[in-house]
Amino acid sequence: MDESLTFLLSIFPRLLAAVPLTLALTAISGVIGNALAVPVALARLSPNPLLWMPSAFYILLMRGTPLLVQTYLIYYGLGEILPGSFIQQTFLWEYLKDGFWYAVFAFSLNTAGYTGEILRGAMSAVPRGEIEAAKAYGMSSRQILWRVTLPRAIQICLPAMSGETILLLKATSLASLITVWDVMGTARQIQKESYRIYEPLIAAGIIYIVTVFILTRLLNWLERRINQHRAAPQSA
Amino acid sequence: MDTTLKVEDLHKRFGDAEVLKGVSLSANTGDVIAMIGSSGSGKSTLLRCINLLETPNSGRVYVNGELIRMKAMPDGTAKPEDQKQVERIRSKLAMVFQNFNLWSHRTILENVIEAPVHVLGVPKKEAIEKAEALLAKVGIADKRNFYPNHLSGGQQQRAAIARALAMDPSVLLFDEPTSALDPELVGEVLQVMRKLAEEGRTMLVVTHEMGFARDVASQIVFLHKGQIEEQGTPSEVIGHPKSERLKQFLSSTRH
Repeated sequence: MDESLTFLLSIFPRLLAAVPLTLALTAISGVIGNALAVPVALARLSPNPLLWMPSAFYILLMRGTPLLVQTYLIYYGLGEILPGSFIQQTFLWEYLKDGFWYAVFAFSLNTAGYTGEILRGAMSAVPRGEIEAAKAYGMSSRQILWRVTLPRAIQICLPAMSGETILLLKATSLASLITVWDVMGTARQIQKESYRIYEPLIAAGIIYIVTVFILTRLLNWLERRINQHRAAPQSA
Repeated sequence: MDTTLKVEDLHKRFGDAEVLKGVSLSANTGDVIAMIGSSGSGKSTLLRCINLLETPNSGRVYVNGELIRMKAMPDGTAKPEDQKQVERIRSKLAMVFQNFNLWSHRTILENVIEAPVHVLGVPKKEAIEKAEALLAKVGIADKRNFYPNHLSGGQQQRAAIARALAMDPSVLLFDEPTSALDPELVGEVLQVMRKLAEEGRTMLVVTHEMGFARDVASQIVFLHKGQIEEQGTPSEVIGHPKSERLKQFLSSTRH
């Protein structure tokens, strides 16, 4: 038991060194995915079937299939198609040799589906009167979208979006299956080298839970800042 | 005298229900027109047709002599011909809503400068100076950095009035501005509205406040079932009602 604990402690530095990669996967996929969620939600709300039907299908696809399947399909699928295509001649190729960017691609698309659906709901929940006021004061539909509907919707779905970010952080561990040495990938590597099954998993689990805890606090703080208007009044 | 607002033969249907059956109305600069009538008489719909929050099925609206161009659709409804024109005209018709409809993600000051800056293109600094003066005028200068949810209904409605004034509108449209307020908060909003009337602002007010209509309005319009039943000065309409329906309505609102 003692020896096991010593081993557990000894692998922490290596696993901690992989935390930045896990965070980078989460942050980059989160930013791209949430940005893509905006057009997904807009298309989903459009009365035009050429827009809402593809969007609804996309959301169904992303939410209806396992992220692992999506990740594998993108990694192995694109890995088949891309070599020999024009992409090979571009600067992108440098990046596409690395599993990291396939993981970012898969996680971004998946996040766009989930957050797109959340954002759609939030946009429908923006009080009609506030949109009407924007119309009555002469705003164009573009201004109404960017200055009223979207900021209000994001405030409304912020708690759900930060929940998604936490889920995304944990889901990035799937990247370890496509040769990304994130926390989980490093743990798997240690397993193979040491023939020990539990200690790397336990250590990785501890690192994930601490990271999630810190991220949750950070997101809560952010949420409070952005949703000031809901907080108790402060003296001027 | 110039006609600031003219409405001709306005019709509006919601499905099978005809809510407005040919309403005509005009307001000269400085007129305060109070629109009264029981609920369902179409008075709010009329107001909302003027700035096209509802699209009338037919009829014409002129603002400062400019006709809002509409085109008839095959299904019997109509649509604005030029959305840009609608937006431009809306910016001259500031509306105050029953439920205030302040933008809750913006502070009171931000609410007041929002449309001047982003619709009219007023420089931000200038808009802020003006907004501060307007907030002082409606008596909530100290609330400038509060969010709408932190204010009482009466304060929110006064902020909404400041937001309307910031547009330098040709006509102020009030859609039952005191109906959502607790009784003790009605007075502070009516007081601000009286002040505006005295300044010679052109106002169209849908209201249940008969006292306000009697004392402040230059003209009262009584709507019944989508038509103007009676119209005239307060002493004519309230003092000497002609139609049975108006007499009935007045006796039912008298407390």
